[in-house]
Amino acid sequence: MTKTVEERDRVVVRFAGDSGDGMQLTGDRFTSATALLGNDLATLPDFPAEIRAPAGTVHGVSAFQIQFASTDVATPGDHADVLVAMNPAALKADLGAVARGGSLILNEDAFQQRNLEKAGYTVDPRTDGSLDGYQVYSVPMTSITVRAVEPVGVSKKEAERAKNMFALGLVSWMYGRPTEPTLEWLERKFGSKPEIFEANVAAFKAGFNFGETTELFAHPVEVKAAPAEPGIYRNVAGAQALAWGLIAASRVSGLPLFYASYPITPASDLLHELSRQKNFGVITVQAEDEIAAANMALGAAFTGQLAVTGTSGPGLDLKTETIGLAVITELPMIVVDVQRAGPSTGMPTKTEQADLLAAMFGRHGESPIPIVAASSPSECFEVALEAARVAVRYRTPVIVLSDTFLQNSSEPWRLPDVASIEPIDPMFAHPNGAVFQPYARDDHGARPWAIPGTPGLQHRIGGLEREDITGAISYDAENHERMTDLRREKVQGIAASLPPLEVDDPAGDAELLVLGWGSTAGSIRAAVGRARDAGEQIARAHLRWLNPLPTNTGEVLGRYPKVLIPEINEGQLALLLRAKFLVDARSFSRVQGRPIWADELDDAIAEALRG
Amino acid sequence: MADTLALNKKDFTSDQEPRWCPGCGDYAILAAVQSFMPELGIQPENTVFVSGIGCSGRFTYYMDTYGFHGIHGRAPAIATGIATANPRLSVWVVTGDGDALSIGGNHLIHALRRNVNLKILLFNNQIYGLTKGQYSPTSEVGKVTKSTPFGSVDRPFDPVALALGAAATFVARTIDNDRKHLTDVLRQAAEHPGAAFVEIYQNCNVFNDGAFDLLRDKAQGAHNQIRLVHGEPIIFDEGTRCVRLGVNGRLEVAAVADTDPDTIITHDVHGPPSLAFTLAHLSQGPTEPTCIGVFREVERDAYGEAVHAQIAQATERLGEGELEKLLHGGDTWTV
Repeated sequence: MTKTVEERDRVVVRFAGDSGDGMQLTGDRFTSATALLGNDLATLPDFPAEIRAPAGTVHGVSAFQIQFASTDVATPGDHADVLVAMNPAALKADLGAVARGGSLILNEDAFQQRNLEKAGYTVDPRTDGSLDGYQVYSVPMTSITVRAVEPVGVSKKEAERAKNMFALGLVSWMYGRPTEPTLEWLERKFGSKPEIFEANVAAFKAGFNFGETTELFAHPVEVKAAPAEPGIYRNVAGAQALAWGLIAASRVSGLPLFYASYPITPASDLLHELSRQKNFGVITVQAEDEIAAANMALGAAFTGQLAVTGTSGPGLDLKTETIGLAVITELPMIVVDVQRAGPSTGMPTKTEQADLLAAMFGRHGESPIPIVAASSPSECFEVALEAARVAVRYRTPVIVLSDTFLQNSSEPWRLPDVASIEPIDPMFAHPNGAVFQPYARDDHGARPWAIPGTPGLQHRIGGLEREDITGAISYDAENHERMTDLRREKVQGIAASLPPLEVDDPAGDAELLVLGWGSTAGSIRAAVGRARDAGEQIARAHLRWLNPLPTNTGEVLGRYPKVLIPEINEGQLALLLRAKFLVDARSFSRVQGRPIWADELDDAIAEALRG
Repeated sequence: MADTLALNKKDFTSDQEPRWCPGCGDYAILAAVQSFMPELGIQPENTVFVSGIGCSGRFTYYMDTYGFHGIHGRAPAIATGIATANPRLSVWVVTGDGDALSIGGNHLIHALRRNVNLKILLFNNQIYGLTKGQYSPTSEVGKVTKSTPFGSVDRPFDPVALALGAAATFVARTIDNDRKHLTDVLRQAAEHPGAAFVEIYQNCNVFNDGAFDLLRDKAQGAHNQIRLVHGEPIIFDEGTRCVRLGVNGRLEVAAVADTDPDTIITHDVHGPPSLAFTLAHLSQGPTEPTCIGVFREVERDAYGEAVHAQIAQATERLGEGELEKLLHGGDTWTV
């Protein structure tokens, strides 16, 4: 039977199930097939902190959302057009993420009394009218999978486990995704276990054929390839891009990469990725704690390596004292903070941008630090390189702010020309016959980096205040003030090497500037785009360096009568900018452990324009 | 640059004037270290001293080597970074009982467990000196100090037993004013390929004077120091007393005259850690006959070497990493 094809610009699909149902894997494979088709895309994995929360409960629901389109995609999508729910808990947890009128593809086999109860339903939601307004498709995914897999001869348990491949096959059919990449991947993954491989293939094909042959779904949807700049592309998640950016920095500087870290969600992926790259000469140390990781990195920095420690909020707290030591010893070190939600343990698998002020001021004493934040998964690559460039050139710790969303989500990335990455010169100190002065400064305010093993440059550094130039311990009042000034001026001086803040203001006379930083870039771009389509004149800018700010920041802020700053915190950048520039910047704040949705910004922008 | 042959104490002495209290045991340790370093044949520029916070922390400033005066308790972690990044360096950690055993306990045990190539000198004076006299994690129960006016109620650590428990490959104890013993132990520590832990009984003449008199004082020490020498029977007190095997495998101090010579323990630094551990627990503290010398010395791969060996192996197996290949690995498409 031939079905017609409906063409759509963009689609948001969300896969949800128990954390043991393999939803992240399903999402990943769907993403790969989608990327290969040339759609632009953005993804949002959304999983619980518990590794295996009790099966069938709302706490254990793991979801993966992808938006793909024939045009530019800025976000993983506010609301899903399609939710694949493997059990009642997934439906309960994620129904709110589905657009009204959207499609719900439910695993009928899982909607039994016991599962409904575990999910907290007293009545089957399919029967009480609560799903009116959605298109509901009940598909017995488990039982069809078990039947399809039967000839392979695996256990019932193994057969049932393949139901995520059924779901993947079905959704692949719905959106005309090619099957080859998934089949090839299955072969790579399970090639050595022929039975498991065959079971997964059978389940995947059963899902695909189910879509093709049943009357249930009207027709497949086609989303054409998005126009893109010529080049070679791949899909990349923020964690990968950041790790590779650090490796790139190591390559172009000739400094071996040293990464010390303590396992913490969601930063561990950096440790995992870098640990795999030993043949790049990368040293990874899984330290005994966060404090040790920071101190090991600082020790490695002293020896002349590209020293990095990565963590998330609670770990940043613990590293604070060591970062202060890096400030006063003026050694290059990169601290990656993959921000997560809440104070203390908070919501470890959920995203937030609430560590900005901690990065800025979370140390005792005057201890300024450069701070840089990536705005998209692929941008993490460049940000890592920039952080290294600044750390090495200015002999300073640099904090890189990422977040859970950036770390886990992915997007197509036009691969950079490796040969064109600018080298980083470590400019190690060499003996020149004169008395070595460890705190003499160059024209950038940077002190010499004299590494152990260099004859004649033996010197002692440490946490005690140093005398200007000589680096001897000093309690002198005037000297302390001078050193405080020098440290501040050095960090502020970095601004001279940064590009000015670029403003996207097509009309040139917008009344409202929407200014963001970090991972809100996509939502802001989408919302501003929509407002412009509706005839509004709005300017948009996004800060990459939070400290120091680009030199024209004050001028840009002064140019617009209204400034709106959306952040996944309670207005931290807004507070900084108001304090620094005396501007009446308005904050739009969401702290729900998820990205700000573009449609929330629609309202905020409308209100800002009115107000 | 100093010539190896011509290296002397001056080559390891910085231009900073030591600022410990007059009479502090730290002076003697500094002098011993500055004097014996030239004998090691390691250039000052290939030597790094790392310290934490406390009186011992100042040590780094007085050595004309590379030095890193860190923050409280973290010296073993900083030193781990240094020694792992560059295993060719001779890396020394100078720490105290508060620094190493209280705030920095975790880093100490993990540096020992990993067998990082560090020489860790723990100056144990059983008191917080720099903060002016609070009890420390090695102070005896009942210690009256400013923070424990009614006496401390918590039990002290035995640093040697702790290091042995952390699977340290070299564990020793010596005394600040016994220049010969101190130098001899430090030399063995320096030659040990891996983590070497040396507890040094160090007198704080201001806040805890006389804590080790039973062992430090020449006359008393002659009776109470149990000097451990590998391969030798453990006999002390001018040959009158010994350490012998008691009931249930316990060790006990006894008069040689009353002891069957076959039950006198022969010291063995290479055997299982149980002997060393028992010897560490022979006394309750430096208020009764106490073992000094090398308790244990075994060989195990040092961490930094193992890390670099793994990199070398991976590079040999996979080839030198190429950034272009890394980025282009996996599914790509061309527009």
